[in-house]
Amino acid sequence: MSTQADNHASSAGVAPTQPYLWSLRREMWESRSLWIAPLAAAGFVLFGFAISLARRPHLAGRISQMPASARDAMHLIPYGIAMAAILVTVAVVSVFYCVGALYNERRDRSILFWKSMPVSDATTVLAKASVPLLVLPLIVFCVICATQLVMLLLSSAAALATPPGELLWGPVPLLRIWALLAYGLVTLTLWLAPIYGWLLVISAWARRGPFLWAVLPPFAIAVVEKLAFDTSYFADFVKYRIHGGLEQAFVSLPHHDHNSFEWPVPDPAKYFSTPGLWAGLLAAAALLAVAIWLRRRREPA
Amino acid sequence: MACIEARGLRKVFGKTVALEKLDLQVETGRILGLIGPNGAGKSTALNAILGLIPYEGELQVLGRNPWTERNKLMQDVCFIADVAVLPRWMRVGDAVNYVAGVHPRFDRAKADAFLARTSIQRTSKVRQLSKGMVTQLHLALVMAIDAKLLVLDEPTLGLDLLFRKQFYDNLLNDYFDSGRTIVVTTHQVEEIQHILTDLMFIDRGRIALSCSMEAFEARYVELAVAPGNIAAARALKPIYERQAFGRSVLLYDGADRAQLGALGELRTPSIGDLFVSVMGGNADTKGNLAA
Repeated sequence: MSTQADNHASSAGVAPTQPYLWSLRREMWESRSLWIAPLAAAGFVLFGFAISLARRPHLAGRISQMPASARDAMHLIPYGIAMAAILVTVAVVSVFYCVGALYNERRDRSILFWKSMPVSDATTVLAKASVPLLVLPLIVFCVICATQLVMLLLSSAAALATPPGELLWGPVPLLRIWALLAYGLVTLTLWLAPIYGWLLVISAWARRGPFLWAVLPPFAIAVVEKLAFDTSYFADFVKYRIHGGLEQAFVSLPHHDHNSFEWPVPDPAKYFSTPGLWAGLLAAAALLAVAIWLRRRREPA
Repeated sequence: MACIEARGLRKVFGKTVALEKLDLQVETGRILGLIGPNGAGKSTALNAILGLIPYEGELQVLGRNPWTERNKLMQDVCFIADVAVLPRWMRVGDAVNYVAGVHPRFDRAKADAFLARTSIQRTSKVRQLSKGMVTQLHLALVMAIDAKLLVLDEPTLGLDLLFRKQFYDNLLNDYFDSGRTIVVTTHQVEEIQHILTDLMFIDRGRIALSCSMEAFEARYVELAVAPGNIAAARALKPIYERQAFGRSVLLYDGADRAQLGALGELRTPSIGDLFVSVMGGNADTKGNLAA
């Protein structure tokens, strides 16, 4: 028997395979919202910005009376709003992606097809974890950069069309914005890693309603703690896990009002020496291991 | 070396015993039909063989432990769980690309050639295909994989007769050879009778019957009793009796054919009739096999 079997193997040859890359590609096919949603957000941002440009000539008189610092701030605000809008969109997308990542394939039983392929559970789960940890930050970075570039070109074109032409490249230093964005995305993503890990574990575990299982039990713990002991350690812990990252990554968070704009100052030394970061990354690794274990063991639904 | 070897294979879900000390040996180059009523443990046995669930007892598939060595095993094992498991959002072309991208033994040319014989469009999504076409697509992907063991769990469920016949014809003519082993479960037993080399009945987690098809044909015989001979025929201890077109048809286990031949017309029984007789007067099992 063995000789015949060996003939089989040799006659077909063994083609090189890239299970991780193809698993990643599969995620992009399956969850098209990963790239459609940020593009849609960018579209709305540009639409709103174009309208604001059309209205600008009517405001020209008021703008010229502003102090220079306030004018700079006013020019920068739309770029901040664009960034925030796309970031919030992708945050929502990544939560829903993670919650469904290991649940949907069990619900539609396609997991039996995926498991019939020589792709290990570890490869699959790591590919899925790479989406919020790697792919989405990259997508969001590219989409924000492209959106802001288009905004700058649009406003420059608008400024040239209405003399006296005023190019805005001075008050809107895109490269500086993008460098801060890149730093912010890396620090935020690493900080949020355990949250993604938690969502993936629930996604692999829940028999139904993974979103509710991911959100309601932590909420219930916080409520019980508040009522029983009138403390909020757990709620504070969750809050810290969600937005503590930016506080640690910057000396001060970006702050602006109508009169001035203060640039955020990165503080990588503080960020990378925060025990919360490393504890979070350890927790994320442990949660991913649990998700792999669950995908291996969970009966097809 | 046996392709599949199980000794004392046992699986318990909570308080339900799905498999009770199963002993099983499937040699390479065989086509084994695993037949049993719903809930008999067929799928559990297959899931254990495929390394999808942990189990008790000893189990070797292609010389490997399917639970601990699953990742390596899946390079040589392929399975179709049932018709509906291809992801519905996937495009046909992407499905081919994906398998080509992850499976070292996938031959894209073979899959393309097989798909070219169907009416499946490469730009279609799986959800747009009919059930029969989804099965054709799945079969095209699986047949292009040079696997040593192919496991089919109800592969033709919900398909019409034409697709079912085509499915097994393709499998037998274009895929099967002496280096491969196929294990198949189905309720449509009559349709696979002619392709099987081995037969196994499984009921309540135990093997109720296990034999090769040669042994099956040598051992069991069906007698359509000529009018007037019914009392004599019954005296020879048939294991099962049914009525067909007004005649009594009796099934015998290891009876003397010369003696029976004098009483009427002899023929090879169907697996379905043998199944009903072996499983005994259990109304549920009869109902399940009516298909």
